Amino acid sequence: MKTLVWVEHDGKAVKDATLAVVTAAAKLGEVHLLVAGQGVSEVAAEAARIAGAGKVHVADDAAYAHALAENVAPLIVELMGHHDAVLFPSTSNGKNIAPRVAALLDVMQISDILSVESADTFTRPIYAGNAIATVQSKDARLVLTVRGTAFEKASAEGGSGVIEAVASTGDKGLSVFAGAEIAKSERPELTSAKIIVSGGRALQNSENFHSLIEPLADKLGAGVGASRAAVDAGYVPNDYQVGQTGKIVAPEVYIAIGISGAIQHLAGMKDSKTIIAINKDEDAPIFQVADIGLVGDLFKIVPELTEKL
Amino acid sequence: MKVLVPVKRVLDYNVKPRVKADGTGVDLANVKMSMNPFDEIAVEEAIRLKEKGVVTEIVAVSIGEAKSQETLRTALAMGADRAILVVSEEKVEPLGVAKLLAKIAGEESPDLIILGKQAIDDDNNQTGQMLAGLLGWGQGTFASAVVVADGVAKVTREVDGGSETEELKLPAIVTTDLRLNEPRYASLPNIMKAKSKPLAQKTPADYGVDVSPRLTTLKVVEPAKRTAGVKVADVDELIGKLKAMGVAK
Ligand SMILES: Cc1cc2nc3c(=O)[nH]c(=O)nc-3n(C[C@H](O)[C@H](O)[C@H](O)COP(=O)(O)OP(=O)(O)OC[C@H]3O[C@@H](n4cnc5c(N)ncnc54)[C@H](O)[C@@H]3O)c2cc1C
Ligand SMILES: Nc1ncnc2c1ncn2[C@@H]1O[C@H](COP(=O)(O)O)[C@@H](O)[C@H]1O
Repeated sequence: MKTLVWVEHDGKAVKDATLAVVTAAAKLGEVHLLVAGQGVSEVAAEAARIAGAGKVHVADDAAYAHALAENVAPLIVELMGHHDAVLFPSTSNGKNIAPRVAALLDVMQISDILSVESADTFTRPIYAGNAIATVQSKDARLVLTVRGTAFEKASAEGGSGVIEAVASTGDKGLSVFAGAEIAKSERPELTSAKIIVSGGRALQNSENFHSLIEPLADKLGAGVGASRAAVDAGYVPNDYQVGQTGKIVAPEVYIAIGISGAIQHLAGMKDSKTIIAINKDEDAPIFQVADIGLVGDLFKIVPELTEKL
Repeated sequence: MKVLVPVKRVLDYNVKPRVKADGTGVDLANVKMSMNPFDEIAVEEAIRLKEKGVVTEIVAVSIGEAKSQETLRTALAMGADRAILVVSEEKVEPLGVAKLLAKIAGEESPDLIILGKQAIDDDNNQTGQMLAGLLGWGQGTFASAVVVADGVAKVTREVDGGSETEELKLPAIVTTDLRLNEPRYASLPNIMKAKSKPLAQKTPADYGVDVSPRLTTLKVVEPAKRTAGVKVADVDELIGKLKAMGVAK
């Protein structure tokens, strides 16, 4: 089988999320990559070094500069003339583009795969991960999004892919990119952090979140996450949200502080290796999944913990 | 202008899903069902556009079992003007739903279709993007703000790392994220009024759409269970554990 992996990048470098997708694709067959963007020769060179990379298709055009689905999907459809499967990371870009490709190919996409069981059969979570379905596709081609935490990352080095330019399918004139507000942070990205400290509604306000959660995270070299309640209340930006409808994470250690443990939150973090919970309510559901629990007031515990570390 | 809002009937988000012992799926017998939360946000957004005078008519659409009528009545009680139910007792996958919605869009000629970003039962996150592809329209997914003026929808989107803004030529597709708005509750008088709002019943065959599934579910199982661990007495004991794990020095 010939697979095509859509490479997630920021215009300068390949994003880590791509590497897990390469691993999933390699289970199906030969791995070709697609780098679409503007001024992406360096990204293409980096993609070619990913272990297992075959052909690296490069589409360099202003139409692809911001990964607009309206423009990228027709390009992928074109390339699917000679590929059997296309795989995307389950990132916001991947989730945005993949279904548009699937519809144009008349294929039923399989979202968020956790494993490759055979050439047409995959497992995926449903109901916020409270059930795992094994599904088999009857379609002639496959469109898949891949849950990053479920696959090892392919090595970023050691490959010798062959770079090949592909013609642009142009700007479809349906959408215009009008700007972005991307927060710059020195902390590790949530989806690749080894340790995550997350705060919930109990933090009460943005000041407390910043003065309690962040120093602890910095002591541990951790990424910072949050529950939906903390995001809705404006303590932190939306991309901190961990859960069914936010980010899916699986760090070595996840520390949930003042988070009750609703199923929608658990869906995003219950595959963490070790879960630590700090909550004043000893019956909080988070303790049912926590490996280590500390019952008490976070406003006392967290400063003490940060100080003693 | 006209807005179409597709709404799905799903297991209520407060109910803990139970996997059936025979491994065929999740048990939906005698459990509370509700409108998919993201679709409530979609209905609310359409109503707000109407209140602003941008929108003149809101049509709610659902595809599913006959009981999805209840979900449509909820949309009508919130403020939708009329509803279309495409009855299928068999589950229709996002691709089939998108094909039916594309046909309905062809008949209704809406300027905007607002969907949820994801149905919380199957967690597919596909239908809006598929529909946009089938119709050849622009798509503003994961919206946290929508401004419609001069034939353009300006959509702020929740993306990895922050937010992004796109301008879409109308007609266009929008899918909702959690921060777009807080949906209203329907008032009792409006619930009563909704009972007499028009609700048309159709079948996939009426639209000539083949909705036979492309995927076969071979089995559904519970995920590996996590068990509760230990409780520590104080911060010092917690630090001891962190040290033992090599997380703290
Ligand atoms: C469609 C939909 C999607 C959703 N998606 C997500 C998602 O992706 N991610 C997500 O997180 N949620 C999601 N939710 C929301 C979810 O259902 C919960 O409402 C949310 O996770 C609750 O956040 P919380 O635990 O911070 O707040 P709460 O449930 O209010 O919990 C606060 C906790 O803090 C504890 N506490 C209070 N004060 C203190 C103190 N001083 N010291 C210590 N502990 C204290 C309390 O005992 C309580 O357990 C979603 C909901 C819906 C409907
Ligand atoms: N059966 C359905 N009937 C009406 N709308 C649906 C249906 N299935 C999905 N949708 C819409 O598509 C959105 C995304 O669903 P999904 O792609 O299944 O995650 C939902 O939030 C609804 O707005």
